[in-house]
Amino acid sequence: MTQPLLSVRGLQRRFGGITAVKGANLDLCEGELLSVIGPNGAGKTTLFNLISGHDRPDGGTVRFGGVEVTGSTPERLAALGLARTFQHGRVFANLTVRDNVLMGTHSRMKLARPGPPLLGALRELFLALIRPPGVRAEEQALRREVEDILHLFGDRLIPRLDRPAYSLSYANRRRLEIARALALRPRLLMLDEPTAGMNETETAEMRTIIGQLKARGQTILLIEHKLDLVMQLSDRVIAMDDGAEIAAGTPAAVRHDPAVVEAYLGHRHMGGEQTPDAVALEASP
Amino acid sequence: MGAWLDYTINGLIVGNIYALLAVGLALIFGVSHLINFAQGSIYTAGAFIGWTCAQRLGTPLPVTMAAVVLGCAALGVVIERVGLRPLAGSARIAPLLATIGISFVLDQGLQLLYSPDPRSLPSPLPAWRIQVGRGTIGALDILIAATGLVSAAVLFGFLRFSRLGWAVRATAQDSEAARQMGVNTDAVNRTVFAIAAGLGGLSGLLVGMYYNHIDTAMSFQATLKGVVAQVIGGMGNVPGAIAGSLLLGLTESYGVALFGSSYRNLFAFVLLLIVLVLRPNGLFAGRQAMSPEPLTGTFIAPSRPWDVPRWAVAVCVLLAALLPFLPNSAYALQVLTNAWLYALLAISLTLVAGTLGQVSLGHAGLLLIGAYASALLALDSGLPVWLSIPAAGFVTAALGTALTWPAFRLRSHYVSIATLGIGEIVGLVILNWESLTHGPMGVTGVPPLTAGTVELDSPQASYWVALAVLVLLGLMQSRLLGTHLGRTFRAIRDDDVAARACGVSLDRYKGLAFAVSGFAAGISGAISAHLYSYINNETFTSQVSVLALTMVILGGMGNVLGAVIGAVALTGLPEVFRFTAEYRQLIYGLVLLLMIRFRPQGILGTA
Repeated sequence: MTQPLLSVRGLQRRFGGITAVKGANLDLCEGELLSVIGPNGAGKTTLFNLISGHDRPDGGTVRFGGVEVTGSTPERLAALGLARTFQHGRVFANLTVRDNVLMGTHSRMKLARPGPPLLGALRELFLALIRPPGVRAEEQALRREVEDILHLFGDRLIPRLDRPAYSLSYANRRRLEIARALALRPRLLMLDEPTAGMNETETAEMRTIIGQLKARGQTILLIEHKLDLVMQLSDRVIAMDDGAEIAAGTPAAVRHDPAVVEAYLGHRHMGGEQTPDAVALEASP
Repeated sequence: MGAWLDYTINGLIVGNIYALLAVGLALIFGVSHLINFAQGSIYTAGAFIGWTCAQRLGTPLPVTMAAVVLGCAALGVVIERVGLRPLAGSARIAPLLATIGISFVLDQGLQLLYSPDPRSLPSPLPAWRIQVGRGTIGALDILIAATGLVSAAVLFGFLRFSRLGWAVRATAQDSEAARQMGVNTDAVNRTVFAIAAGLGGLSGLLVGMYYNHIDTAMSFQATLKGVVAQVIGGMGNVPGAIAGSLLLGLTESYGVALFGSSYRNLFAFVLLLIVLVLRPNGLFAGRQAMSPEPLTGTFIAPSRPWDVPRWAVAVCVLLAALLPFLPNSAYALQVLTNAWLYALLAISLTLVAGTLGQVSLGHAGLLLIGAYASALLALDSGLPVWLSIPAAGFVTAALGTALTWPAFRLRSHYVSIATLGIGEIVGLVILNWESLTHGPMGVTGVPPLTAGTVELDSPQASYWVALAVLVLLGLMQSRLLGTHLGRTFRAIRDDDVAARACGVSLDRYKGLAFAVSGFAAGISGAISAHLYSYINNETFTSQVSVLALTMVILGGMGNVLGAVIGAVALTGLPEVFRFTAEYRQLIYGLVLLLMIRFRPQGILGTA
């Protein structure tokens, strides 16, 4: 087996007396789609935050692309090619759709390369002010790329290119966030409940989009509550409850794992086509 | 040793007074997440109500104290009604800015009512002092200590045992849930404001008697001290506020003992910064279980800016440039030169407060750095003025960014408090670093504007210089906002967590924005220094910072042209209507209040 793109070992996070993540392990290879499922409060989002650098683990290691990145900053991970979306949606409300997606290209911009401390920043300021042809060409190329990315979402976002993000519908904001993450050209795309708050049609549309991304070879780590979607898209599934992994394996195996069924009892039945109450719980932004 | 005991006692007494201010601030922050910047004005109002009762009406002390508490509590209720309640649902920082406006209005109201002259407020208590070890304690010390203890006990009893007290605590924990359970959160807010104001007013009365001196200019320092004490103890933490106040009182007292009284405030603000950087949740917050509550939500009202056509701007600039050719324009030139310099300050502030979303209240510090840098470079190093001004811009950019660096990891309210502290520290360092800055004497004989051999000190020439620099820097900033940097700054403003996920290093871009901002502010301060020919540490005070923020809000946050319009409006209109100085502050306060309430996006809209 080749070296996994993402490798998590014994990851822990405690909040006061509560251990939100108790020694999580996972491996994700290039081109794979791994889903993390589990009831609310299972520690899925905390695990995401620990991997993407938005929170610091109390123990364990994270390796990404063969580099040890435990406790690294989100900006460094972004530069290494890790992009994520957020559970409740975080778009730049006062920026236009175009500018939101352009922000996703930030870590790839030649102009914004870190460079030596202080001097790198001053160089960036200077070049931004005088705007030499190279800088202008780069910006133009990125703008074209933004439109290409947005075409993935059909006519959902393209007609709204110059609208501020606050004027978008909830579902469109979720799409915009994914577009922004894709603009990073991520080696690993982490999606935190991409269909939360979406109706059936929108969910089906999102499933198609994620399927397309997967077909392109995009490596994806997905948190999702809608099990239909998980079962259809995932190569492997990890089920978590109470901060720990309770089952892992193929979608079918995890679905029928007694521990998983047990964890979900009281929440909903496993494998039902419809999960209205779960959707309702997760929908509120 | 005796002296040390005295300093300790003094520190504890002063700390007790701060506690009366800070407890109210903590209560208010607890229930409504608002830092009440009008607290110091209530404190001053309390002192003057006390003076009126004691000196004019001849009431005995208990009656005076009761009148102060009741009068100020009523004032607190009014402030809550006017400043807080109408702003429910707007950005978190909006009520904070409103209380700044209210404090301007109150301070100037008091000044109009009582004149700015200081008054004495003798203590009616007997003048005996008891020996404690080798220090002494007087009757007033005991009264202050007793007031502090009794207030704390009553407050504790109220919060613990009364129904309304429960409601207050419930609202502090989760106001939404409290409202669902039938708690009248409006009544809670009103009560909390009344308590806070009553205690604040009492504090003013006691301080007035302690120093036998009251004046209408003491509000701002009182607010600052209360806020500092509260931050030290942890925002919204009532026992923490008391402990923080005592710690602040002791730190100041020992600082004064070691270095002299001009260091008192320096110690207070350095302590503030240390706490903000190391323990932003206060010294007494337990190890934070969850990450501190994100105080996101800058004062940005969603709006699309007015697109002013370029030719219109060009025509305005041309008209402005031709103004000196009009006859009898001397007065207008003087006013507008001042307006252009304020506009430079405003475009500087609008970049960090509006575009980057870091509402700085310390821009006066940048003006001071620029003014002193240019004045000292020209005077003591013999640099020609046309070189010392840009040099001052670079010095301010570098120094301002370095000083604000500790605040880069803070958010919203905390940024405002930290920058306020940093601005004050700049003034205090200038006051105390005599070998470099000439200390309290100030710098006299700052050379006038020249370029090579060309004298530029005529009103016309000064006017053109200020206008030209403004146009240049304004164009530069607009150009910058059109690049990926403008986009990145605004992304940080809207959501810094998401910006980091996109690979944006907050330090780098905040640093760049503050550097560009510092450059413009430094140039403004530098030109001012050469026009004034005399500067000291009080040439630009925190009031100037607040005025600049008012201009920025008036024009539309982040809007370069808006900032210029705001500056011209607030410096020009009072001249047009020939308002005297006292009324001006009143107008600034009212403009700030009205804009926040009715047009938060400003005249031209946020950009």
